[in-house]
Amino acid sequence: MGVKRRAFLIGSALVAGGGVFGIKWADSSARERATALTTGAKDGSFGTWIKVGEDSRITIYTPHIDIGTGTSTALAQMVADELDADWDKVSVESAPAETAFANSTLGRGFLSDMSGKPGMVAALPESLLSLIARAMPLQITGGSSAVRFTGQMGMRVVAAAARLALVEEAAEKLGVPTGELTTAGHAVRHAKSGKSLSYGELAAGAATRTLAETPALKAAKDYRFIGKPVPRIDIPAKVDGTARYGIDVNLPDMRVATVMAAPVRGGKLESVDEKPALAVKGVEKVVKLDDAVAVVATGYWPAIKGLRSLSPRFSDGGNGSISTASIFAAHDALRKGGDPGSSAGEGDVEAGLAADGTKLIEARYQVPFLHHAPMEPFALVAQFKDGKLDVWGGLQDPLSSKMAAVKASGLDEDAVTFHPLVLGGGFGRKLPMYIEAIPQVVALAMDLPHPVKLIWSREEEVAQGAYRAQASSVMKAALGKDGKIVAWQNNYAQPSDDGGGAAAKLFYTIPAFAQDHYKHVSNQTVGSWRSVNATQHGFYNESFIDELAYAAGADPYQFRRAHLAEGGRHQKVLDAVAKAAGWGTPLADGHGRGIAIVECFGTICAHVIEASVKADGSPKVHAVWAAVDCGPVVNPGNAEAQVMGGIVMGLSAAIGEAITLDKGAVQQTSFGDYPILKMADSPPTVRIEFLNSDAEMGGLGEPGLPPAAPALANALFAVTGMRIRSLPLLNQAGAKA
Amino acid sequence: MTIAASVNGKAVTFEGEGDTPLLWAIREELGLTGTKFGCGIAACGACTVHIDGEAVRSCSMPIEMVAGKAIRTIEGLKKPDGTLHAVQQAWIAAQVPQCGYCQSGQIMAAVALIERTGQPSDAQVDEAMTNICRCGTYPRIREAIRTATGQAAIAVQGDA
Ligand code: FES
Ligand code: FES
Repeated sequence: MGVKRRAFLIGSALVAGGGVFGIKWADSSARERATALTTGAKDGSFGTWIKVGEDSRITIYTPHIDIGTGTSTALAQMVADELDADWDKVSVESAPAETAFANSTLGRGFLSDMSGKPGMVAALPESLLSLIARAMPLQITGGSSAVRFTGQMGMRVVAAAARLALVEEAAEKLGVPTGELTTAGHAVRHAKSGKSLSYGELAAGAATRTLAETPALKAAKDYRFIGKPVPRIDIPAKVDGTARYGIDVNLPDMRVATVMAAPVRGGKLESVDEKPALAVKGVEKVVKLDDAVAVVATGYWPAIKGLRSLSPRFSDGGNGSISTASIFAAHDALRKGGDPGSSAGEGDVEAGLAADGTKLIEARYQVPFLHHAPMEPFALVAQFKDGKLDVWGGLQDPLSSKMAAVKASGLDEDAVTFHPLVLGGGFGRKLPMYIEAIPQVVALAMDLPHPVKLIWSREEEVAQGAYRAQASSVMKAALGKDGKIVAWQNNYAQPSDDGGGAAAKLFYTIPAFAQDHYKHVSNQTVGSWRSVNATQHGFYNESFIDELAYAAGADPYQFRRAHLAEGGRHQKVLDAVAKAAGWGTPLADGHGRGIAIVECFGTICAHVIEASVKADGSPKVHAVWAAVDCGPVVNPGNAEAQVMGGIVMGLSAAIGEAITLDKGAVQQTSFGDYPILKMADSPPTVRIEFLNSDAEMGGLGEPGLPPAAPALANALFAVTGMRIRSLPLLNQAGAKA
Repeated sequence: MTIAASVNGKAVTFEGEGDTPLLWAIREELGLTGTKFGCGIAACGACTVHIDGEAVRSCSMPIEMVAGKAIRTIEGLKKPDGTLHAVQQAWIAAQVPQCGYCQSGQIMAAVALIERTGQPSDAQVDEAMTNICRCGTYPRIREAIRTATGQAAIAVQGDA
């Protein structure tokens, strides 16, 4: 078992023969295209499919890049189960971005291809189709989609259909009914006669058969791999230094470049005196881009030394007066105007908030811009030679990355190839819609007679992020005499077009609630930061309901519980975490517990955090308990790792992370002033429980994160009696609410 | 300028400017890319290597300072027969890496700590393991260090 990267196979033919099964490869021309693809020819199209080789080995071509979340392993588990495969005879490769795209432009992507196969389409819930369509032809890894959509809805179905085709092929060859055949050890067996045919012997013929559109999937009791903590296939190469990331690509005669863009987003490069850089030994060229200056050298060190020697002049694009404070002031002004751009909710909130005999509670929350801070900064290699452009890098979406390179170069799609590599962290930062490094490296490659590797410095990473938006909300609620919430209003300001409505949505039973979105856009690029809108809305909602619980004189756990559907998924998750954490049992002096529950990406996650305040006023997290309902768990070991990672990242952001603006520019520069949580501050005890419910499969890359901030702030309130309504917490633990 | 040192037991010479950080000499001159760049200011530890047995952040160590020193990188941890170092094995057993980018540095820091202390206490781990992992693998790193040094794993597991 191992992960091979397609990037290293280009030009060398893969095993010929064998059969290729894909979700839409039921007709022969499609099959030919797919087969041609595996043998390296230019034709062929998209995403989810499976190859059974003439050596009986199974190869999965995943449309997702494993960004470190273990998706390749999970997909392999699903396919191995449906095909009754042996683990050591299954491997995973990245689906080739370039060829897959050549036959299937976005407009004629997965969905329209599928619509020619009504039976197949009908087999999938309508609501998931658009999500699959988005996930597959775009090859996005994000939105916690890889396992629950591609895997559950695609890979498993194809694998089960492939197994049926192999059985049918064997039945014909052996002249026996399919009902007498079984599959094991990569062969179809006929117990009565003792005969068997290997998958390899059957593959080519089986692949010409029409695939079942709705094959029966394995029952949970028959799983051999799904649900087991199978070791991740990508890990061995990540402990001995052999995993190859974008930054590790080396081409003969390659140059290294680094770049500085206008510190004020929206600004342009006005002028730069190149001489100081050219005086640095190893520097070969200074390249002026529209809004940035790049230095090209024989290595990274001369490049960055050269860049630092320059004093470029940038304009500020008219954004020179934007600051953190001005953005919050703009939010408040919009709210004061009282005219939200979009609203959602139920019931008459205004009446509810004004109702007689209720207690009105109001609080204003705010959160800062957050930087993704993947450990690998942007590092892309590009080569322009003989009219062809090749780009290498570890990004979250190879196909769209290719399209970004097509756009930047002005070349035909056929002339551009993107070679996906391992990513050193993504968290949403490496989605191509806002990767300025793509047009930059393309411009450099087309300007230079050499291949070039563009590496962003950490300083550039921090200053030019696609941040989680700075956002705020004024929360209002009315408490009835019975201690129940009568009405709830979330008046939030943030940039996103969709308003983050889904994340703001309440799952508590409240007669009247409203989410009013005041849209405000600054000069900063904002993007999807791990778990996206659930980060800020989880903080608002779960901090505010805690305030309401105390205002009602109720226990925060019981208060939430009383507002959740009796016996429902949310209540079960909340009960599980409270029980695991020993909610209500005595604690050490100075320690407090906080609880929070957030739903996102189809998964419900609750945390209980035990915390205290250190002598310097900063928070100390002693333990975190999490309960998770993501439906069935494909790989418990990795699922735990994902939730654990989410907890640590959530705590890191809550405690210390903030991007602030002054005069339109980001004030932070590197890890020194953008502190990421380290070992000593990470919780010594983390216990995670999965409910393993039969709910539809939810995502796992993101949902572990959002409850961390409110659970910690709530725990600190329990200790200090001071409510934290502004993140990060650092040095505010002692601040009066 | 030419600087002679040894890397993973082999004699090497670095030809770059004296102020070139060891990180870039290792990656670009020697082509050993297991050692990673994360910040360049000694703040993240992705570039950690050993110099004469001590964990050092190579992004902030100019090559003119390493003349005659014995440098070890992640590529030098395996035994000549390819067997992984006990710490690497523990890393696999605990399934530590996620994106993996920080892990060469984490492992080099852990090996140096273990070689120095034998069985590091939690406090020693907190003090020595200051490398950043954005994927948040710290609980499993702690667990792997404990397994590698024959200490019982602490409670970081869920029901997995
Ligand atoms: S790259 Fe050396 S410490 Fe970050
Ligand atoms: S495993 Fe990704 S940064 Fe540590």
